[in-house]
Amino acid sequence: MHQIRAILIGFALLLAVPGMAQQVAVIKFPELQKRLSQPTDTTYIVNFWATWCAPCVKELPNFEQVRTAYATQKVKVLLVSLDYASQLDKKVKPFVKQRGLKSEVVVLNESDPNSWLEQVDAKWSGSIPFTLIINNKTKKRATFERKLTRAELTTALQKFL
Amino acid sequence: MKKLLPFPLLCFVLLLSSFIVRPESNGYQVGDKAADFKLKNIDGKMVSLADNKAAKGYIVVFTCNTCPYAKAYESRIIALNAKYAPQGFPVVAINPNDPAVAPGDSFEAMKTKKYAFPYLLDESQQVAKAYGATRTPHLYVLKRQGNDFVVSYIGAIDDNSEDATLVKTKYVENAMTEIMAGKPASTSSTKAIGCTIKWKRA
Repeated sequence: MHQIRAILIGFALLLAVPGMAQQVAVIKFPELQKRLSQPTDTTYIVNFWATWCAPCVKELPNFEQVRTAYATQKVKVLLVSLDYASQLDKKVKPFVKQRGLKSEVVVLNESDPNSWLEQVDAKWSGSIPFTLIINNKTKKRATFERKLTRAELTTALQKFL
Repeated sequence: MKKLLPFPLLCFVLLLSSFIVRPESNGYQVGDKAADFKLKNIDGKMVSLADNKAAKGYIVVFTCNTCPYAKAYESRIIALNAKYAPQGFPVVAINPNDPAVAPGDSFEAMKTKKYAFPYLLDESQQVAKAYGATRTPHLYVLKRQGNDFVVSYIGAIDDNSEDATLVKTKYVENAMTEIMAGKPASTSSTKAIGCTIKWKRA
């Protein structure tokens, strides 16, 4: 039995190593809210997406590119997946790995959007992709309930820097 | 220079600004009268709200074939019709997606559905725009007042898209109970995640 267990653990560790490249945390809304309300001068680009959302998937490279282009500035990209938390291992992690996403990815594990959507933005009707750009120091925020081109994203971000 | 604007001018400016901050594209709010439409059903016939003289109202739902959330809610939309059509509030499903963007939502693809209620194509997307629908599924309860249909609930079906057995609050059913009792829905507007309507490329 011990042997089998050791082999299983070893196997699990082997599998875990490539996964280290990008952790995907599963969080509840209060945790997301806490992160977005910190008194920091970093500008957050928060994109709400899902692996099943075609326009979201098309738009993701723009966030990755912006993250690289602004790597030396106080800009942080946070990709909030609205995939069901039950799909973490089946859908989200393989997707993140396959696309080589380097921006931080979290899965928001909330079943009732009506309980939190409004707290992200009163105007958000619930369609995705949805992007929030926020800077708590300057108290600036911008929201987009649509797919953004790279140029649109850059223009929007420039106003924060 | 410091003189305040004369009052009538101020009123006029406020009036103007109210148009600016509330563009038409916001769509219906609860309490608004819904304009009738004429859309093609998957059986080829044109359907309008006015056609069904016996309807006390409608459950209008913008939905489609392809969105995972629409798929997750399909059986629950069928159940809504089964429950409320006999009580005078049948479901009318409308697909607003541009098939050029979402080929799986073409009229041909829609015809694979065999619903007991109309499944209409909003080819010009004007109905979705008039309602202010942004996603699929996006649901509106209309209640008849004479020849008008008044928007009485807008939003989500329930609070758990993934698993119907874990639903705690059936938003639309709660609203329906009140609306059918002649009362305004105490929760008349809810929000839900859904797939963006695939608008025609400009």
